[in-house]
Amino acid sequence: MRNLWLFIGKYNAFFLFLIFFTISLILLINNNSYQRASVWNSSNQIIGNAYERVNKLSSYLILSETNDSLAAENARLKNLLKSSFYDDSLRQSTVIDSAFKQQYTYIIASVVNKSVNQKNNYLTINRGSKHGIKKGMGVTSASGVIGIILNTSPDFSTIKSLLHTETKISASVEGNIGSLVWGNGNYDSRYALLKDIQSHISIKKGAKVVTSEFSLFPQGTNIGYVTESDSKDVNNGLNIKVKLDTDFAKLQYVYVVINMLSQEQLNLEAKNKVE
Amino acid sequence: MGRALIINSIRFVLLIASQVFLLKNIGYYNLSIPYLYILFILLLPFGIPNVLLFLLAFLTGIIVDGFYDSMGLNAIACTVMAFVRILFISITVQRDGFDNEPEPSLEIMGFRWFVSYAVILTFFHHLILFSFETFRFSELGFTLLRVVMSTFFTVSLILIAEFSFFRKKIR
Repeated sequence: MRNLWLFIGKYNAFFLFLIFFTISLILLINNNSYQRASVWNSSNQIIGNAYERVNKLSSYLILSETNDSLAAENARLKNLLKSSFYDDSLRQSTVIDSAFKQQYTYIIASVVNKSVNQKNNYLTINRGSKHGIKKGMGVTSASGVIGIILNTSPDFSTIKSLLHTETKISASVEGNIGSLVWGNGNYDSRYALLKDIQSHISIKKGAKVVTSEFSLFPQGTNIGYVTESDSKDVNNGLNIKVKLDTDFAKLQYVYVVINMLSQEQLNLEAKNKVE
Repeated sequence: MGRALIINSIRFVLLIASQVFLLKNIGYYNLSIPYLYILFILLLPFGIPNVLLFLLAFLTGIIVDGFYDSMGLNAIACTVMAFVRILFISITVQRDGFDNEPEPSLEIMGFRWFVSYAVILTFFHHLILFSFETFRFSELGFTLLRVVMSTFFTVSLILIAEFSFFRKKIR
């Protein structure tokens, strides 16, 4: 201890210098904003640099966790993509015309599932009871008749396609009314048969086949045109082969036909049964 | 002892006053700035204890800082200068001959010794002063230029002051 004091006493100038230098440095840095800012900035730079290096190292250690979180983030973002969403906006095309009473309106729907090559074919569309679709409504496309609504859920509907053995659509060709069927030996998706037209009538090839006024569809909706007509079987009338205008294999968008007067018609017809 | 106290007190007041009221307004475009007040620390007696020397240097710096609004800046430079003064005197002057040489002034120590003494101490004072004022290494060249120019200015003023006050004795 004594030696220490002797040492300090011998070099007292240096220790005094250190003391006064430190005091003035503290004064300088504490009382001058520029110097203080410089000190803090440079020390922050050094500290920040050190932290950055440590972070670089530690980020390797948590790489798998980072990957997991990124994958989760990706999944979350994919959920937000437009393609993941069910398009709920309803486009309904209705022309308002005061001169005529609106009877039919159309709901646009896109086909989400379909079959073409089965014995009984169905389609599924992305519109359902929520959008006002009910069982038994007709479905058309831009090129012609598609089928009849079979079942509905809140968001989806299934369609009994024209290519179904039990589908029967009232059609007319050149003013003669028959019923359009499919199946029974004809399983080609491009053709349908028109039956119940009396055999004495001659139907030309290429005659246009449209829906009749008795069908679910607006009168005159396209179906196809006649390719063959013969009368082999006299009892059952003509056997008319109809080439369908609609290519069911490529179908993407359909229109659901809403007959606004159908309820009124049904109510009226129900009275007949009661009486 | 009493006489040295009075002389140094008067010198202290005069030098500080001339520094903060007159020389503060004089300078060559921030490039050459005189700090004549350090003459007080230069001329403190040889026999002064180190503690008192550091304390006086520190106080002088703090007082000038008070007028310059740069708290601690001149104090740090004066502290460094006091340390350089102790080293310089211990190297160049024999301790035994101090008794009849009370202070390191021009007429006592001679022209060559006094000029080198003034130049070295002023240089260190200005070096510390300007470096801590700039407080970064990026402007080192400009800072050194300022140090050299200001040292020249200050030393000239110190010599003028010394010659004008002690001319008779030198002859």
